[in-house]
Amino acid sequence: MRAVVALTLLAGTLAACGDDGDSGGRPTINWYNFPEDSGALQKAADRCSQASGGRYRIVYNKLPRAADGQRQQMVRRLAAEDDSLDILGLDVTWAAEFAEAGWIREWTGEMKRQAMEGTLRVPIQTATWKGKLYAVPYNTNTQLLWYRKDLVPDPPKTWAEMLDKARELARQRKPHYVEIQGAQYEGLTVWFNTLINSAGGSILNASATEPSLGAPAVRAASIMRELAKSPAADPSLPNQMEDANRLAMEAGVAAFQLNYPFVYPSMKANNPQLFKNFAWAPYPRVDEDRPARPTIGGIDLAVSAYSRHPDLAFEAALCLRNRENQLTAALEGGLPPTLRALYDEPAFQKEYPFHREVLAALQSASVRPRTPAYQNVSIAVSHTLSPPSEIDPESSVDTIRDQIDKALRSEGVIP
Amino acid sequence: MTDRPPRGNALSEGARQERRLGWLLCAPAVIVMLAVTAYPIGYAVYLSLQRYDLRFPGRAEFVGLDNYGAVLSSPFWWDAFWVTLFITGVSVAIELVLGMGLALVMHRTLFWRGTIRTAVLIPYGIVTVVAAFSWQYAWTPDLGYLAELLPEGDAPLTEQWPALWLIVLAEVWKTTPFMALLLLAGLALVPDETLKAAMVDGATAWQRFVRIMLPLMKPAILVALLFRTLDAFRIFDNIYILTAGAQDTGSVSILGYDNLFTALNLGIGSAISVLIFICVGIIAFTFVKLFGAAAPGAEVKR
Repeated sequence: MRAVVALTLLAGTLAACGDDGDSGGRPTINWYNFPEDSGALQKAADRCSQASGGRYRIVYNKLPRAADGQRQQMVRRLAAEDDSLDILGLDVTWAAEFAEAGWIREWTGEMKRQAMEGTLRVPIQTATWKGKLYAVPYNTNTQLLWYRKDLVPDPPKTWAEMLDKARELARQRKPHYVEIQGAQYEGLTVWFNTLINSAGGSILNASATEPSLGAPAVRAASIMRELAKSPAADPSLPNQMEDANRLAMEAGVAAFQLNYPFVYPSMKANNPQLFKNFAWAPYPRVDEDRPARPTIGGIDLAVSAYSRHPDLAFEAALCLRNRENQLTAALEGGLPPTLRALYDEPAFQKEYPFHREVLAALQSASVRPRTPAYQNVSIAVSHTLSPPSEIDPESSVDTIRDQIDKALRSEGVIP
Repeated sequence: MTDRPPRGNALSEGARQERRLGWLLCAPAVIVMLAVTAYPIGYAVYLSLQRYDLRFPGRAEFVGLDNYGAVLSSPFWWDAFWVTLFITGVSVAIELVLGMGLALVMHRTLFWRGTIRTAVLIPYGIVTVVAAFSWQYAWTPDLGYLAELLPEGDAPLTEQWPALWLIVLAEVWKTTPFMALLLLAGLALVPDETLKAAMVDGATAWQRFVRIMLPLMKPAILVALLFRTLDAFRIFDNIYILTAGAQDTGSVSILGYDNLFTALNLGIGSAISVLIFICVGIIAFTFVKLFGAAAPGAEVKR
């Protein structure tokens, strides 16, 4: 008797779980994205639900804060063919992986046209795999050189110039550190990727079938080593991530910083004295005659292959990243937009005094290796190049080549 | 129960029915056991023989023992293996000594016995992940009260050896009560008369402990050691929270998790899981064969 009661209760719960959440026949579009605190994303979800005229309702579900946690949650659910995910906010390095696994839908026809219209070229590249578009760029991001005007009247154009300036400042016993992400994590891969692309090379070949590396890779590794061995290196370089860089610059011990634009409002709030001398310039070049190619970041929106309302999801994704919502995200959430036209928008320009440099950087930006095995490639790079002071350019690049080779064939163990 | 009933058909019928009832009664348990243990283990073994990467579903194929070769020839596996062995050996040794001390205290207490036993058990009652988070905050510079005690600029969780010792500390703090509880049960096996007789014969406290209590407690000690060694070898949650395996502090379980859930490589990841399973099997087998550890409650042959 008790078993029957228990079974009935269980069935009731299961039925409740199976409920679509369709309130009054209106389908729910579940949007999974990184947790955003300013409320700009929630605002976009509400606006688009409203604008749909009752055809759908977007629910913004917050993923874990760390990128690894976001990816793991989505991957696990997609591997189990969970149909309660509709729009996925993917880091720019995940599109290839999700597409190859068959977890996200290709963008075609009219939807594709609308997704590409007016969108910056490099962000589109991050959402493209094997010549097909798998996501629509939401926001983007890239690094600039931030420096102290009082110490360095003219910003350096190249890495060599910057390291020379730092050495000179060190001799004068002035703040001289170059703040950059040297810890063993994704940021170290980004640094290497920027340098190798600025030197005219790339980590993988164009079709992502094998490592390219070569002389530009050795060049990139040598620069990393040179910085780590010079007086320009912060003693905690091998443990530093973006936020530690920001704090060091705000504390006044550094002359240069390679970082994302979030450091600007932070300096304004935390150290108004230094803020007066806080200036920005394009990312330093490797060779004088070749523009730097800083690595691009950001989020792309994809539609899950298991979504029960794919057509509505495509439409909703386009709405979430339309001009109005991207402007709100930029002004309130500090997320640089992927629509070219917004960089001419006065409201945006006022909030982003460095908009010209950011746009120029985005137009010459590089993307990280596009391969389903990106996680392994990135771990191979950051694991081998950490700590930067122990890089042996030739042999480190050989190690990276060997590990990437294995990763691309799904053979190696990752640490 | 014998196979052939000694007398008559009627009784044989009854015995057969009894046996059938016995099977029927344990069938649900057998089915559940098969479903929740045998099937996943078998499936993991099957996956470990495949090249199966979720990101390249088109490339799945049977590769025999290649994945095991890749894991066993990888320095990452051996690094993780030695780290795991270090954590297991050191933490179980410390727990045994501390646990014995606590057990003696709990056994001998005359006042507030219940209160003391409860107090000792508190760490064991706290969820490991919650405890690990509080250790992590405690050791984080500028946030934690323990990090305050260290010289300025020290971040112990970001260096290999300090981090490993902190992991051992968290593990010991958490599971010593469990060890103490098992040893307390063993202490109950030591008859008071024997101890009193030894006292009359002039044995010192140390002699009574080493010559009488320890030999009589041997089965309980071995069971406690076996349980803790098996548990410690599979350590995951403390490391996952404290360092996430950075700076070469990852255990074999962390390595398996990273290959399964970060790399999505089900073949390699399953091979690692099966290897962990084999290691655990070897530990259990060694304990049982070498020291004659028995399941709790079983008779010990003398």
